Amino acid sequence: MNFLARIGHVTLGFCTGTGRLTMFTLNAVSHCFRPPIYYKLIGRQFVDIGYYSLPVVGLTAIFIGMVLALQLHTGFSRLTGGESAIAQVVVLGMTRELGPVIAGLMVAGRIGASIAAEVGTMRVTDQIDALSTLSTNPFKYLVAPRLLAGIVALPCLVLVADIIGVFGGFLVASYKFGFNPSAYLQNTADFLQRDDVISGLIKSSVFGFLIALMGCYCGYNSRGGAQGVGAATTYAVVSASVLILMFDYILSALLFSS
Amino acid sequence: MSGEPKIAVRGLKKAFGHKVVLDGLDLDVGVGESVVVIGGSGTGKSVLVKCIMGLMEPDAGSVKIDGREVTGLPRGEREKVMQKFGMLFQGSALFDSLRVWQNVAFGLIQGHGMGQAEAKELALKTLGAVGLGPEVGELWPAELSGGMQKRVALARAIASKPEIIIFDEPTTGLDPIMGDVINNLIVQCVRDLGATAVSITHDIASAHKIADRIAMIHKGKIIWQGAAKAIDQSGNAYVDQFIHGRAEGPIQMEIRAL
Repeated sequence: MNFLARIGHVTLGFCTGTGRLTMFTLNAVSHCFRPPIYYKLIGRQFVDIGYYSLPVVGLTAIFIGMVLALQLHTGFSRLTGGESAIAQVVVLGMTRELGPVIAGLMVAGRIGASIAAEVGTMRVTDQIDALSTLSTNPFKYLVAPRLLAGIVALPCLVLVADIIGVFGGFLVASYKFGFNPSAYLQNTADFLQRDDVISGLIKSSVFGFLIALMGCYCGYNSRGGAQGVGAATTYAVVSASVLILMFDYILSALLFSS
Repeated sequence: MSGEPKIAVRGLKKAFGHKVVLDGLDLDVGVGESVVVIGGSGTGKSVLVKCIMGLMEPDAGSVKIDGREVTGLPRGEREKVMQKFGMLFQGSALFDSLRVWQNVAFGLIQGHGMGQAEAKELALKTLGAVGLGPEVGELWPAELSGGMQKRVALARAIASKPEIIIFDEPTTGLDPIMGDVINNLIVQCVRDLGATAVSITHDIASAHKIADRIAMIHKGKIIWQGAAKAIDQSGNAYVDQFIHGRAEGPIQMEIRAL
């Protein structure tokens, strides 16, 4: 009986959590479209998410591009004539998959954590209640600007990451393995299609939404002082990362099904 | 008390899980009256004011403001009612991402749509009323001492000239002199605004100073109320124990031996 009770408890807990997150999401999204819209706050968040994440995203992107070329070279050398496909695979891998996912995961660590910690601290120090008492809806003032900034900033970051990643692959291929640089770039440009980039940008937009959403949700519901804020931060990063990989598969299946 | 009470609380109930915090509480606050609710830690004082303000939904019971039922109001209506309120939070709850004057002007700009320059002027004037010079307005909340933070929070609560002001433990964590400064400011501000005030505290000196009427809460109910001057002759064993701060008496802390 005890065992059954535990199963029931876990199931109920899961359902309440899912329901609560859904309500939170709907509420937050509806406030993104209803005035007043705080453009200044959206701008500030955009700079925080987009501009200040550039170094970390750029660094990871260049190394991912480099290691991709390295691995492909060793792998493809087993196939006859396979080496010539490095340029194509690097650009396809970066734009469709690695650019969005790597940028998403890096930003989840950087921004998801900072949003959760900031909103969580505001919760435990009563600042969110104070917002309400000053006739300001916390969803409008705190959550909506972060969601909107996340949705817009991530594709911009991913565009930069794509370019830097392809450049990383180019560096390794041309300087380490002696590929003809202009032929490599020509291969890349010929092979790349507009849809490859666009699908990556659509994905990253969703990732940006997920990161900001989980940061806000975990922070908004944090309880009990410093420990609660710490737990909220961890949960925000972990859940955003898992959701990014989950939605990556779902979106890939949807976008590339035809 | 004459006419309709400003705040009328009837049969208010709130429980968290199995823990009953408010158990059918009744309280009336007249127009322009200052009521102080005293009671030990964890007796539901904070929950009571949160229910009155609508930061928390009670499980049962009614809260009427100016004769109008406010429990279960939709969010938009609730925000309008909220404009009548000002609240001084226990931990001040200043927005640490904003300068002091922006904190004080927050309700004016966001809630009442006042222009920046006008709001700043009024904010500095309000800061003056709580004994802080205009130079403090440019500081960040983290740069202020506890007593100054409390005064800024008081200025923020009264800046938009609310009809009802809630003070949550206004003197907790301050030295006795600063506590008295805050008490004097509260009395003066409430009188100048002609506002109705509800305060919660366990500081008897503070209660004596700011109250017209004192109500004592115990186990989720008001067990005694009367004029502030009458509290020393209340003839109620619970009240006597509380105001004299004795461990022995009808209120027993459940302590288990080591």
